[in-house]
Amino acid sequence: MVTNITNLGRSGLSDWLIQRVSAIILAIYAVFMVLYLLFHPGLDYATWSGLFSQTWMRIFSLLAFISIAAHAWVGLWTVSTDYLKQAGARFAFQAVVMLAIFVFLVWGVQVLWGA
Amino acid sequence: MSTLQISIYRYNPETDSVPYMQEFQLDTQGRDIMVLNALEMIKQQDSSMAYRRSCREGVCGSDGMNMNGKNGLACVTPLSEVVKDNKLVLRPLPGLPVIRDLVVDMGVFYKQYESIQPYLQNDTTEPTMERLQSPEEREKLDGLYECILCACCSTACPSFWWNPDKFVGPAGLLQAYRFLADSRDTATRERLERLEDPFSLFRCRGIMNCVAVCPKGLNPTRAIGKIREMLLSNAT
Ligand code: SF4
Ligand code: SF4
Ligand code: FES
Repeated sequence: MVTNITNLGRSGLSDWLIQRVSAIILAIYAVFMVLYLLFHPGLDYATWSGLFSQTWMRIFSLLAFISIAAHAWVGLWTVSTDYLKQAGARFAFQAVVMLAIFVFLVWGVQVLWGA
Repeated sequence: MSTLQISIYRYNPETDSVPYMQEFQLDTQGRDIMVLNALEMIKQQDSSMAYRRSCREGVCGSDGMNMNGKNGLACVTPLSEVVKDNKLVLRPLPGLPVIRDLVVDMGVFYKQYESIQPYLQNDTTEPTMERLQSPEEREKLDGLYECILCACCSTACPSFWWNPDKFVGPAGLLQAYRFLADSRDTATRERLERLEDPFSLFRCRGIMNCVAVCPKGLNPTRAIGKIREMLLSNAT
């Protein structure tokens, strides 16, 4: 049993599950987006913002954003513990990643519900 | 063409400050001998050459090494299988500290093996004769018990290179599953708990280098998948 405090879930199993589930959600979101764009060739601003004014689309998008955030964190945390052998550099990298993910997530919420 | 060009990793910590590659010419007289036989002929040219070997028939697991970039047992690898353009490069197993020439320090590898507690654990009362197994239960151990701990797999695994102190590695995980799959072992829950953290098992990225090199034809990746399934059904 290896313990590690910077791993949020504290469990390899939950990390593994998060990666699979978030990947599936992102795949569905991506396919939906591609199909939507294909079916709306001359897409204008009104239609696009109309799509995002609907509650289900906001929830769906927020789900995708959270999935990206979780997926990125688990993935980059793993990369950092593989390749960054110096503890200080590793912690600094993890802190920057964490901050960036947090900022993007809050910003994403603001974009979805703002304006 | 029967003169073979062999280039061998040399390092003697008492005399060399850095490792180097030494070139040898070997006349095999056109015979397709094993890499270990070739090494023995070289040792007659240069008796300072150090490597491990014992059984010379793929049973003891002591002569694992890197031959033209691929791990394997020198004693059961014919030259025809590895030699390219009449050249052969021999290096110690990658990722482990070199003690001398082709001899590596297997300490961290054995430590990981020890961590999975490779012995039968059963807290029920002992039967008078023996713990019986049905032929079907016994069959579940096939493809697991045959491992000779040669370390060819773990030292071919990038995840083991980066975290040999935290990731159990394919050899240890194959043995972990060997005891998880054993109908006579009752420590299943404790065994699974020890593997649940982000490193011990989950550092496996499924690259399958381990499967590609195992000289006994075993499949650690499949065993790792089975443990993951057990962990998943245990936790959900
Ligand atoms: S699984 Fe195969 S390669 Fe790995 S230690 Fe066992 S015998 Fe060697
Ligand atoms: S499948 Fe897993 S254990 Fe095997 S070499 Fe790849 S990462 Fe290592
Ligand atoms: S010498 Fe025993 S396995 Fe090769």
